[in-house]
Amino acid sequence: MKDISRSVPKEDHEEKVSGRALYVSDIQMADMHYAKTVRADRPHARIRNIRLPELPEGYVVVDHHDIPGANHVNMIFEDWPVFADSVVRHVGEPIMLVCGKDKQIIQSICDEIVIEYEDLEPVFDLQESVVHKSFQKGDAAAAFARADQVVERVYETGYQEQAYIEPQGFVGYLEGEKKVTLIGSIQCPYYVKNAVIKTLACDPEDVRVIQAAVGGAFGGKEEFPSLIGCQLAVAVHKLKKPIKIIYEREEDMIVTTKRHPSKTTMQAALDSAGRVLAIKAHVALDAGAYIGLSGVVLSRAMLAVTSAYTIDHLDVKGDVYLTHTVPNGAFRGFGAPQMIFAIDMFMHHLAKHLGKDPYQFRKAHQAKQGDRTATSGIFRDPILMDAMVEKATSMSDYHRKQKDYASPDVYRGIGMSWFLHGCGFTGSGESDHIKAKVRLRKSDTDHVYVLVAAVDMGQGAKTTLKKVVVETLGVPYNQVTFDDPDTDAVPDSGPTVASRTAMIVGGLLAQAAQTLKETWKRGETQVVEKTYRQPEFVIWDEKTLRGDAYPAYSWGVNIVEVSVSPVTYEVKVEKIWSVYDVGKALDERIVLGQADGGIAQGVAYGYLEVMRHHGGHIQHKNMTDYIIPTAVDMAPTETVIFDNPYALGPYGAKGVGELSLVGGAPAVAMAIEQAIGRPIQKIPATPEMIMELMRDETH
Amino acid sequence: MKPIKFILNDQPVEAHTNPSRRLLDVLRGDYGLTGSKEGCGEGECGACSVLLDGYAVNSCILPLASVEGRHVTTIEGYAKTQRFAVVKAAMGDEGGSQCGICTPGFMIAIESLLKKNPKPSEQEIRTGLAGNLCRCTGYNMIVKAVQKAAKVGEGLW
Repeated sequence: MKDISRSVPKEDHEEKVSGRALYVSDIQMADMHYAKTVRADRPHARIRNIRLPELPEGYVVVDHHDIPGANHVNMIFEDWPVFADSVVRHVGEPIMLVCGKDKQIIQSICDEIVIEYEDLEPVFDLQESVVHKSFQKGDAAAAFARADQVVERVYETGYQEQAYIEPQGFVGYLEGEKKVTLIGSIQCPYYVKNAVIKTLACDPEDVRVIQAAVGGAFGGKEEFPSLIGCQLAVAVHKLKKPIKIIYEREEDMIVTTKRHPSKTTMQAALDSAGRVLAIKAHVALDAGAYIGLSGVVLSRAMLAVTSAYTIDHLDVKGDVYLTHTVPNGAFRGFGAPQMIFAIDMFMHHLAKHLGKDPYQFRKAHQAKQGDRTATSGIFRDPILMDAMVEKATSMSDYHRKQKDYASPDVYRGIGMSWFLHGCGFTGSGESDHIKAKVRLRKSDTDHVYVLVAAVDMGQGAKTTLKKVVVETLGVPYNQVTFDDPDTDAVPDSGPTVASRTAMIVGGLLAQAAQTLKETWKRGETQVVEKTYRQPEFVIWDEKTLRGDAYPAYSWGVNIVEVSVSPVTYEVKVEKIWSVYDVGKALDERIVLGQADGGIAQGVAYGYLEVMRHHGGHIQHKNMTDYIIPTAVDMAPTETVIFDNPYALGPYGAKGVGELSLVGGAPAVAMAIEQAIGRPIQKIPATPEMIMELMRDETH
Repeated sequence: MKPIKFILNDQPVEAHTNPSRRLLDVLRGDYGLTGSKEGCGEGECGACSVLLDGYAVNSCILPLASVEGRHVTTIEGYAKTQRFAVVKAAMGDEGGSQCGICTPGFMIAIESLLKKNPKPSEQEIRTGLAGNLCRCTGYNMIVKAVQKAAKVGEGLW
């Protein structure tokens, strides 16, 4: 049989290199109107009065009074208003849309709107917990009681901005009297549809959501577009014209969700031989003004507490705090990058504290097949980490460099992270909440249409999912079509998130294609549907966070080498080596592309990307202030993919998308730590921070 | 108001519009050439790159008046050339495009780079592409695509 990993031409390559692919802002319609959002300019205030100028004919303002249904965005926690009503809780909170034909007139209307506020006391510290979770494994209290010593460290991470190159946007219009259609730059067509149904209080058939070409997302277009979609749907009903809304870069960076800043306290109980008996951990996430998805982000952070290690006794707690800042949300990794930074640095720091070789120390705690996971589930599948670590260390010459760079005056360092990432939704999420359904339709000319809600946002979903169908059916590529999802045409196969698309949606498509192949009737229309069923071995208690948090795990090793300028303390990343187990690559070139892009974001999270707020105002609000890597900053990469087929994945595939990001920060931080001879407990490790550390002579 | 005359994708055109408008808006809005993208609106990301007399410029910070009498080539015009075909194939082979929003800008930047320097070193490629941001690929596959295009298309630039 042909090896599925052998790369095929990317489905959308031609249209993307030639500029023909249509993104939202490229869509033209007759009589197009535009919308602009009027926003709060302070972090916490009561709206006293709003004075509007006289509106020219054909111009409207749309606010919470116009919402026929619920004034909150439908997501897991329903606290996020579509439009602010009496109180604003973060800078940039949307209050109304101004809509009309001419953008300049819209702008002048916006300029003339006067909003009178009564300022309220804003909260920026993590003091108001709104979600608290905890779980235990073994008996941590007993282990701490018999410990030879207890070591505590605190780890902090900052904001990270998705910085997709295409800002958020939608086009909306009415079809007939009451049906609203939204075309958007989105990851989750059905999230938008379900949110709009609640806001309009309408029937499901009165909302249609279509995905335009998506110019990057990385989680930033997971839940946030539901907010814009709800606002625009209300506006379209009021104005009864097609309306386009495209965020400007600065607006996008000020108001859209980011990676949660975090503070994680780790305590280890060590025995007299220097083994970790138990860990107590507490992770604090800054949600910003609304909870949104933060409770779920918290879960994924907590579940990653021991990452690629096995520790027998755990006491893990976490809290989500509200502050009067921009709401934070989904970003590739979804809580795991914060925790994996904390645990991998902690293991490294524990070894140093004990005077042990960190490599041997980590080896002694490495997770093995059959071990109990952090949540007392079981690592059922083979774990290849021994061979993967061996491969990564030999190709990077890690051990020699570790010795050579030990002296502080060489200002060079090499760091290594080990990590896992749970594939798909946590626990019973897939079976209880998502219930993914896929469909294949064969026409009477024997052409096959792939009907799923999975979005190609650059990660190659169109190519890999189509490939699964083509290879299973054994038909030519031009006999199968995969169009961008339209909720009028495709079933709800779930959101394009959580490293679930290849494994879950791809798995269902492989089953559907197999059924279609077995029942194939030439020249006849046929429809095959498959619905997700949780593997029977997955047992999960959502209340106690106990059991198998994920059906499968992908694994990785990152090694990063840096040099640090002894004068400016600027960090130069010299080279990056990675080894991944993603089950089986459905397309090698696409997986390597995910690997490169993920590690670029993960490493930059650790040393380069700085975003802060001052009094609730985001200070890094454009591409000049918020630095993402350029081709000059990005180091060459060497990546090896190990085969370790997962029985329930299509052709053995597991999750890919997030894995390559989550280990970048600890690897680069450990490399910088070696180069400067000072411990790193906070990222991003900027030159300013390094300078502060170098001034501290106590190390 | 005097029209601005320039050569757009090898065709002479007269733009009867405000000469202080951004070239990007005129290209996308008036000529329907939506292959040039707006990523940041401040000349930082390069998604709006077009060729001005053969070399890349950011059309989002260029007033229309400054192209008077000059050659403007957008991705739509460049896509008709043999050089484009070579770069396109190399980008496909090496995986240089993911979400694609930055890709037309990169195609323009690559053309500009190879026109200046048909045999660039890896470092020269990285420097030559530093005005274009990509958030998906981490750039290495684009760098390899440029190396491949320079080799396969030797003599074209």
